[in-house]
Amino acid sequence: MKRHLVSAADLSRDDALLILDTAEELAQLSGRAVKKLPTLRGRTVVNLFFEDSTRTKTSFEVAEKRLSADVINFSAKGSSVSKGESLKDTALTLQAMGADAVVIRHHASGAAARLAGSDWLHGSVINAGDGTHEHPTQALLDAFTMRRHLNPGLGRDLAGRKIAIVGDILHSRVARSNVHLLTTLGAEVTFVAPPTLLPIGIDTWPCQVSYDLDAVLPKVDAVMMLRVQRERMNAAFFPTEREYSRRYGLDGLRLATMPEHAIVMHPGPMVRGMEITADVADSPRCTVVEQVANGVSVRMAVLYLLLGGAVFADGSADSARTTDTPEAAQ
Amino acid sequence: MTTPSSAPRAPHQVLDATDVARVVTRIAHEIVERAKGAEDVVLLGIHTRGVHLARRLRAKLTQITGREIPFGTLDITMYRDDLRLKPARALEHTEIPADGIDGKLVILVDDVLFSGRTIRAALDALGDIGRPRAVQLAVLVDRGHRELPIRADYVGKNLPTSLREAVQVQLSETDGRDAVLLGDRDYAARSSQALAADPQLPE
Repeated sequence: MKRHLVSAADLSRDDALLILDTAEELAQLSGRAVKKLPTLRGRTVVNLFFEDSTRTKTSFEVAEKRLSADVINFSAKGSSVSKGESLKDTALTLQAMGADAVVIRHHASGAAARLAGSDWLHGSVINAGDGTHEHPTQALLDAFTMRRHLNPGLGRDLAGRKIAIVGDILHSRVARSNVHLLTTLGAEVTFVAPPTLLPIGIDTWPCQVSYDLDAVLPKVDAVMMLRVQRERMNAAFFPTEREYSRRYGLDGLRLATMPEHAIVMHPGPMVRGMEITADVADSPRCTVVEQVANGVSVRMAVLYLLLGGAVFADGSADSARTTDTPEAAQ
Repeated sequence: MTTPSSAPRAPHQVLDATDVARVVTRIAHEIVERAKGAEDVVLLGIHTRGVHLARRLRAKLTQITGREIPFGTLDITMYRDDLRLKPARALEHTEIPADGIDGKLVILVDDVLFSGRTIRAALDALGDIGRPRAVQLAVLVDRGHRELPIRADYVGKNLPTSLREAVQVQLSETDGRDAVLLGDRDYAARSSQALAADPQLPE
């Protein structure tokens, strides 16, 4: 595995299965009296969140604490970032404090890659969502949840499973990470969305595209509903919310057309009545709560595999060495 | 097994299949004797070969006592003290019997007792799982060179070795046959424990 987790596309099939299998073992921990392992004792993990997040941040924090890492939470609000500090200076500060890993969420696409590719930091960089680019740990927990339902067992993949991802693909980092990871694991991904909510160049992605949800649902093994990300929208992408939810929302009638074994997923936060109706969200086939629980196991697996073993030669935590090299200039 | 380099001696056999079977039978009887009928015994095998040995011990104990003996497996990877010497490795399956280990006599089973670090890790893991009445240790081979104050309660064979030698346990479940081999350490014969102890070794 690479030293950083920036994109789901970086993961080979073996890497992905190693993470999922490790997560499967670590999932047992939540049933134990002492939900803690000493593995990352003495390692410092910084949660660097430039964008609001409850689920992901809490999930990472629980995972880090269960592995006994020292956790530092750094959010843009109330920090020097609001006074105008750049990503580089923030990173250099964290490096000087001896961070072994940085979990970063940023509103700009590519922020995690910039951090991973720079020598501002010597620790591992884990992307917890960058703009509309990627959110690899979400894709991993989605794949983990799908595997548990559709092809349970260590070492299994998702070969031949049909997954539909429905909604605001254009702004969704979850969709991007998922299409890479699910394809790596052998699944067939179909995006369903109005044409205005599909990104340009989607024909080059390893997926199919449909504008008709009703035609896709009877053939899927899992359907993933995405929230319409109004906060990222700067134009009108569809006439009215009501029309959107009529054509692309999942309600009880549509759920009934899906195969018996198919599950309904949602990365959260859900907007009930928009992309998903309350009766579907509360149905036993909806795995939203399960996804959150699985998120902790998967993030523990990622943290363990990136941080638990040997620190590679290029990644040693010798801070003073390169903080002032010329190419670090932005 | 790749071809050993010129200097190291080829491994020679210390225990053969019938020896291993005899040892397992004897340890099972010792457990019944010392635990007064093995009423509250829980066997926990340490991955990988300890699990196979624990499974064999359980079969013997069941034969002797006529009762099912609770059996589990323990992966101690996350508790190792040498994690940072190697890249992160895949985890094995930890399975604790449904009744738990609280108040029970837990017998840890492993193939080779060497530095004692594996057992230290296993004891730490046990502490997080529950509170046994007592913990005992059964090993197939004790090769000495302890680095921690740990000893085994049941020993299959005491095998005096030099640090330059490697003990290799083969069990039919993983290696196709039962045997214990002793030879000079070459690459193929290195156990994970031996590898971890490597930096301290002369040469």
